[in-house]
Amino acid sequence: MECVFGLVGNGFTIVVADTSAVHSILVHKSNEDKIMKLDSHKFIAASGEPGDRVQFTEYIQKNVALYQFRNGIPLTTAAAANFMRGELATALRKNPYSVNVLLAGYDKETGPSLYYIDYIATLHKVDKGAFGYGAYFSLSMMDRHYHSGMSVDEAIDLVDKCIVEIKSRLVVAPPNFVIKIVDKDGAREYAWRESVKDAHAPPS
Amino acid sequence: MARYDRAITVFSPDGHLFQVEYALEAVRKGNAAVGVRGTDIVVLGVEKKSTAKLQDSRSVRKIVSLDNHIALACAGLKADARVLINRARIECQSHRLTVEDPVTVEYITRYIAGLQQKYTQSGGVRPFGLSTLIVGFDPYKGVPSLYQTDPSGTFSAWKANATGRNSNSMREFLEKNYKETSGQETVKLAIRSLLEVVESGGKNIEVAAMTKEHGLRQLEEAEIDAIVAEIEAEKAAAEAAKKAPPKET
Repeated sequence: MECVFGLVGNGFTIVVADTSAVHSILVHKSNEDKIMKLDSHKFIAASGEPGDRVQFTEYIQKNVALYQFRNGIPLTTAAAANFMRGELATALRKNPYSVNVLLAGYDKETGPSLYYIDYIATLHKVDKGAFGYGAYFSLSMMDRHYHSGMSVDEAIDLVDKCIVEIKSRLVVAPPNFVIKIVDKDGAREYAWRESVKDAHAPPS
Repeated sequence: MARYDRAITVFSPDGHLFQVEYALEAVRKGNAAVGVRGTDIVVLGVEKKSTAKLQDSRSVRKIVSLDNHIALACAGLKADARVLINRARIECQSHRLTVEDPVTVEYITRYIAGLQQKYTQSGGVRPFGLSTLIVGFDPYKGVPSLYQTDPSGTFSAWKANATGRNSNSMREFLEKNYKETSGQETVKLAIRSLLEVVESGGKNIEVAAMTKEHGLRQLEEAEIDAIVAEIEAEKAAAEAAKKAPPKET
């Protein structure tokens, strides 16, 4: 029931992910951050097998950092996307990663971008994308309300609409979401949307 | 045939490893490099031999980053340096991946020194012809460090050290003039020791300083020129004071 979605706006890309870590019928935690910072101007929002998700995204993150040290300049978003796709494709017929990824990035030359990379190494550059059961609702919402060049406020408004749809229409909807944004000033957390807060320690 | 398996580095009858000593010779012919540790900063300086007119000097970076908090300068065979630096960079990221923590300066120095030693005890290979100066900040305690490795694979920590051409003169100068400094004073000390053996001028020196907050910063040519001018002025003032003793009544 993991929900990850994102969209490209005017000079920025937004990615949203649910924050539940679930095992069978148990929710381990509801503040698991599934959007990893790849470098100063890139995020990977990943969903899928929890072990694979962390292993794969950390592996990509370290390789992207290594590229930057070797070459003195960071990878472009397109290059990072193709590198990730390549890794998924190589592992696919040996030891596949069950991870779906939305790569959000900002490049000085080409502006904001969003890449849809699924677990069998499909790669698409998109304006809006989503994974999981939540995609049925968020994609429809975005198809109805998205237009290119949205402002941050308009985009957040659309994101909130999507979250409301997911929470009300998905049978086991995740209660909490995290929203992150990438623009020319870098990749940073924008906001959380929480319905359930983890309880504090009981009074002694 | 298995001829290529024969070790190149073998003991001499009187206990020397000649290949390692010859590698040290190669280091002695390399460009001068100096490293100085301050209380809140570490500085690396390298001699830039006169760049050819048609060469793009920006593509010849002698002080490199291994990670956000570690930098390296070396003297000796630059091609060998590329190989070691690449392996060290991979190790920095690999360490972050497996233990989710950045390397300490000592760890990466031990790793590089270990690599250098391996090549003095393997078949068919020669030692790396370079000595490295490794600087950085401990990611947990925040203290600055300076380490040196050499072709034999030994390493140790230093308050200040030099390697490459005329390293003995530089080290002597440092031994005489070293004191605990911080910030700009440390940069000045590094440049002063380099100026002992290098033609003065920003064009002939590459200097980089690392602080905990800002990481590695390469100094611009203009900045270096300004500091060099300061140093020359101080030297001139000291000379003048010596020659004309103050009049006392």
